[in-house]
Amino acid sequence: MIHAENLTKYYHDLCAVDHINLDIKKGEIVGFLGPNGAGKTTTMRMLTGFFKPTSGSIHVKEYDIEENPLEIKQLLGYLPESAPLYHEMLTYDYLNYVADIRQLDRKKKTARISELADLCGIREVMHKPVGELSKGYKQRVGLAHAMINDPELLVLDEPTSGLDPNQIVEIRDIIKNIGMEKTVLLSTHILSEAEATCDRVIIIDQGKIVADADIDALKQSVGGEYIINITLKNAAIEEVEREFKPVDWITGIKTMDEDKTVLRAKVTCNASRDIREDLYKMIKNRDWILLEFHQEARSLEKIFMELTREN
Amino acid sequence: MRQAIHIFKREFNSYFLSPIAYIVISIFLLVTGWFFFSTFFINNQAGMRNFFNLLPYIFSFVVPAITMRLFSEELNVGTYEILVTMPVTSVDVILGKFMAAVIFIGVMLAPTLAYPAFISMLGDLDWGPVLGGYIGALLLGAAYSAIGVFASSLTRNQIIAFIIGVVLCFGLTLIDQILFFLPSLIVGFFQYISADYHFQNISKGLIDSRDILYFLSVSFAGLYGSDLVMQGKK
Repeated sequence: MIHAENLTKYYHDLCAVDHINLDIKKGEIVGFLGPNGAGKTTTMRMLTGFFKPTSGSIHVKEYDIEENPLEIKQLLGYLPESAPLYHEMLTYDYLNYVADIRQLDRKKKTARISELADLCGIREVMHKPVGELSKGYKQRVGLAHAMINDPELLVLDEPTSGLDPNQIVEIRDIIKNIGMEKTVLLSTHILSEAEATCDRVIIIDQGKIVADADIDALKQSVGGEYIINITLKNAAIEEVEREFKPVDWITGIKTMDEDKTVLRAKVTCNASRDIREDLYKMIKNRDWILLEFHQEARSLEKIFMELTREN
Repeated sequence: MRQAIHIFKREFNSYFLSPIAYIVISIFLLVTGWFFFSTFFINNQAGMRNFFNLLPYIFSFVVPAITMRLFSEELNVGTYEILVTMPVTSVDVILGKFMAAVIFIGVMLAPTLAYPAFISMLGDLDWGPVLGGYIGALLLGAAYSAIGVFASSLTRNQIIAFIIGVVLCFGLTLIDQILFFLPSLIVGFFQYISADYHFQNISKGLIDSRDILYFLSVSFAGLYGSDLVMQGKK
């Protein structure tokens, strides 16, 4: 869907995006992560044709952005950062105007605006000036703006910034729904958001891509170990430590005595093999009672920090 | 072109959504009305001469006030990003905005049509110069609008856009007043680039292709300049 090669953008002497390659397939929801000033917005602005790359090429579907910018703009919906909108216009008039520019015909237009009013939850603000809306509503109007022609490709720059937790969940659901048939590229610096919505994440730092993988693969690729939390009854600390310490695939164990009868332990082990089965068998051989057993997912936060701190 | 018309509609409507349109129109009518009629009965002539003499001066302040927001506001609020990532070309955007300003000037001039109507009741009004004057006024408005659009594309600050616009328009209006100080070799050139000179020609009722060409080329230069500036911002 999107294919970008050696994309570079300089602002005078400052290199904002440094020779990045992107390949986004149809139907993917891709999260674009990075600290502030990493080049996320600049990259998105180049992909949407707002900025001209200093060098490099961008293709969306079969179109080249230099030669067929209008075709690309027609099939792409874009929500810029902080959703800038015409303040003096009414929400309805604004969407109507966007639909006109997107060349929706009259019948389709009314139906689509009505559909989006429900989808984005903006029906009650349709007849208010955009400038008087709260940040959350502006963001939703911006989202409706981006989706008005049911675009094949949706580019969203921090779509959930400034929303309350309930709205964030709603917007995520909307994005997920769209992502079932459409391609979505969204930027965020909230990692849990990428984890919740995206199939794939691209982490960018100082204008360079530092990671580009499926979320699961990414979690496994970085760092060699993972953690299993277990809670046991009828087990003594010394007993447990004596049992687990000599085992070669357990690299560390941390026990916490909660009260007299219940013991909680964090077992750290090598990521190269799945030890859950072996661990369970070991517990089963003793007369301990297993109350809880769960594998701690390596948080994206940790991976993110590791990747972006190196440079 | 269809896109330009959608943009024109939005721009034109948004003039009337904010108080700016009403303020500008009121000030324009007040100033022209007062200056014109304060000497009208002293001159004792049934003509619009004085009104059209005054127009280039008033336009050099009023037109930049109309055009100052066209690009500056979009650049400042960030809506420009939304606008140009929709399927429109920069020519659509510039033409749409330019048309909005020109039609707005037309709306602003319309109430002054009452002047010739009243004057024709008082005496024998020669309609030729009046017609020429209004055609000239629209052409002058278009040329100044294009300059104003250009000034607006330069900055995200509307006040700076206004000042740049006034300086350029006022310069074009006044330049034929300084011909006296210039060596005769370049007088012709400076006279030719003066907006006032061409406007006065038309408002005498002489509709000459040279004058029309002048206003069209100033408009084109202004719009082309805006396009270059906006391309440079990419």
